[in-house]
Amino acid sequence: MIAMYMFKYVCKRIGLMLITFTIIIITCFVLVKLLPVDVSTVGIGEDADKIIAQMVSRGYMKMDSSGKYVNTPIIEQLGRYLKNIFFYHDFGIGFNMPEYRGRAVWSVFIEKLPPTILINVYSAILAIPIGIALGIFAALKKNKWQDHLISTVVMVFISVPAFVYASLLLYLICFKLSILPLGVVSLPDIVTTYPEKGYVYQPGAFNWPLYFNKKMFLSMLPAVFSMSFGSIAGYARYTRAELTEVLTSEFMLLARTKGLTKSQATVRHALRNAMVPIFPMIIGEFVSVLSGSLVIEKIFQIPGVGGLYLASINSTDYDFFMMLSGFYLLVGLLAGLVVDLSYGVIDPRIRMGAK
Amino acid sequence: MRAEEYKISSEKFVLHSAGEQLHDEKLETKPVSYLKDALHRFTKNKASIAAAFIIGILFVFSMIGPIVSPYKVADEDINYAYVLPKNEFFYEHELGFWDGGRQMGVTEATYNLYRGIEQETGRTVIMTEPEVRQEEYMGKAVSYYDFRLDTYNVVGVKFVLLKHHEYVALQEYQDEYNVQVIFPITDPALRPEAEQDKTNANIWYRTKAGAGRKTATVFDENGDFIPIYQPDNGMDEYTSKMYYEGDEKLYNYAEPKDGGMWNVRVDYREYYKYLHHKAGDGIEYPSFLLGTNNAGKDLLICLASGARFSFILSIIVASVNLFVGAIYGSIEGYYGGIIDLIMERIVDIMASIPMMVVITLLKYHLNVSHIVILFVAFFITGWTGMAGRTRMQFYRFKNQEYVLVAKTLGAKDSRIMFKHIFPNAIGTLITSCVLVIPSVIFSETTLSYLGIVNLNTGSLTSVGSLLATGQNFLFTYPHMILYPSIFISLLMLSFNLFGNGLRDAFNPSLRGTDE
Repeated sequence: MIAMYMFKYVCKRIGLMLITFTIIIITCFVLVKLLPVDVSTVGIGEDADKIIAQMVSRGYMKMDSSGKYVNTPIIEQLGRYLKNIFFYHDFGIGFNMPEYRGRAVWSVFIEKLPPTILINVYSAILAIPIGIALGIFAALKKNKWQDHLISTVVMVFISVPAFVYASLLLYLICFKLSILPLGVVSLPDIVTTYPEKGYVYQPGAFNWPLYFNKKMFLSMLPAVFSMSFGSIAGYARYTRAELTEVLTSEFMLLARTKGLTKSQATVRHALRNAMVPIFPMIIGEFVSVLSGSLVIEKIFQIPGVGGLYLASINSTDYDFFMMLSGFYLLVGLLAGLVVDLSYGVIDPRIRMGAK
Repeated sequence: MRAEEYKISSEKFVLHSAGEQLHDEKLETKPVSYLKDALHRFTKNKASIAAAFIIGILFVFSMIGPIVSPYKVADEDINYAYVLPKNEFFYEHELGFWDGGRQMGVTEATYNLYRGIEQETGRTVIMTEPEVRQEEYMGKAVSYYDFRLDTYNVVGVKFVLLKHHEYVALQEYQDEYNVQVIFPITDPALRPEAEQDKTNANIWYRTKAGAGRKTATVFDENGDFIPIYQPDNGMDEYTSKMYYEGDEKLYNYAEPKDGGMWNVRVDYREYYKYLHHKAGDGIEYPSFLLGTNNAGKDLLICLASGARFSFILSIIVASVNLFVGAIYGSIEGYYGGIIDLIMERIVDIMASIPMMVVITLLKYHLNVSHIVILFVAFFITGWTGMAGRTRMQFYRFKNQEYVLVAKTLGAKDSRIMFKHIFPNAIGTLITSCVLVIPSVIFSETTLSYLGIVNLNTGSLTSVGSLLATGQNFLFTYPHMILYPSIFISLLMLSFNLFGNGLRDAFNPSLRGTDE
């Protein structure tokens, strides 16, 4: 009965999410398509013609009676757009960014995805254990100097914007001390660095194997560190708050009177309960590894999705903008949904959607 | 028998306080209002007080700074680009820092150039005794000179192109204030051979071709510079009484150029003073407390006016969001049912639109200032939070008995909403309203840092674009990113602490826990 109820609730939430997603994306699409397409920025000669030919073949443009190319009606374009996406996996082509002009949006996107995901995953792997450990330590030493120290540092790292300590890290570690490289190495570089491994760089593919070697890993580290500081602080603060609350509850007293040692009671009873709200946070983090951070990608010049998004905004490349906006929106909505639902899965006391 | 003993005759009884009217005794303690209670709890929190104090200082700095500072954001002087922070007190007492000095290691040619500037202008350029070190460079031993360089005085003399009347006015200024601004022009025939040095007014001494594109200094037998001033040939119209080192017009002081212009060699520090004297803006010699950026803008004034913009924007956004969100949330929360359901869906959708998408679409569609775009974008994405919080409070309070009483007594809906229920939400709303301010400042900074909005017009700048410019010069001129970073970090930290204190203060359940 409860399972049925939960299933219905989950379906309802997913349905609502999809409705929200569709409304925003269609609004966005219409607003983007209302903009004039400026072929003059495309370049000269064949380039513009090629692009227009691509647009015509996709059904976004047609020749009018006077021989000029004009946009087809927006409704028609929307239909074509959806059809292209669902049947041919085609999100359009690059238009205004010189390096991606005429290239399929999807192929550029998947090429940019691995660095973004990797940096986020590394940062999560680093941040979650350290953050939770610091939080537990601070909670156990509540109101002692260790707790005050951790809380102060956590407060600083939560407040100070990422670009400040990313710059500091870049200046001190990468520039002054030269411990780590200044930016993420490019894939062709990796191919030439490790000739013995026989790497092949394929444009428009994930190129996963090229990311797993020492040089690439080291060059990603500064970005990983800058990214993890904030998360470490977040986890530490949250864990401390939850654990201190659980430690003062009455069942802990019972556990001690029952004869458990302090550490037994803490690990078996307090920690498990404190983890209930933290676990959804971790799941949420792993969903949003896809999106990454625009700021960090800009500072460390990571060839990731964030940089692509910024470039598409600044050079008014509509197809890239549409696809990436949709991607970020979907990741954001999914992360929120997964976090909400996982509360109910993890903690049986929470009845999802209960009135 | 015993009962008899204890019998008290009725006459013995007197009425206590007979003839008096009995009232409830008035409370002798003063009533503590909600706000007073909150204030009391807030003042207990030392960190929050300190944070509020720092926010106050930063706020005053950003509001007063642009008014009292003689510099304006539009003021820029490319000759004083990248100069380091300098405080006149530290400079005069030679404290070794905050004096516009920069540790340098230069080759001999550059070192001689600096010595030349020093000799020509009579001001210290090389602030510390140079240490010479030998280093291998491309198979040759090269001497390097390590010393502290005065980034202000190193500007030295510059060529400026003046109209005839400007040239005359400058000469009149010289005579009136008895300062040497115009220096003798160097002889074009004797100018250095290397192309990049030809326009360098600071090379007033004889040089010869050196290795590669470099020039080497030529000294006389005493090891002094040999001047290459152009001898007077009556070409310029120099009527000023201020001659170079008291010489009686031995040299030419300007070079005629096309269109009746004069190419004049001026002591730039004095010329800077002259320009500001002419403009009458109260600036004397260049001195920048936080240094300048790559365009030669005073960083202090840029920071202050960027911060002022951030504060004003965030306060307006917070109050508009509060106003709209509170009304929307009240209606949702009070009426509930189908109205709530529909309105809540709208909020859901509005809240999920990414800020980036809103800004970009606005930017593409509206051809207006980015200030307006920022404001609209913050409004579109921001008010939903306020609405949600108000709604929650309405759900908590709308079914309580006192509301029922008010309803029974015939109060109108609007009265119940805003007189009876809304005040309960004020604490939460004030806290979140205050916390909206740093989040707006943070978003605005991030957006302008990423270059998505560009607030750099002539008279406006933003902390984010200062940071972005500073980022480009992170390894060469770290001071450019340091001060905006300190500002934004301090502000965010203080607002977080302040917000925590405020949240605790407005939480009545914490009453008495700390005593």
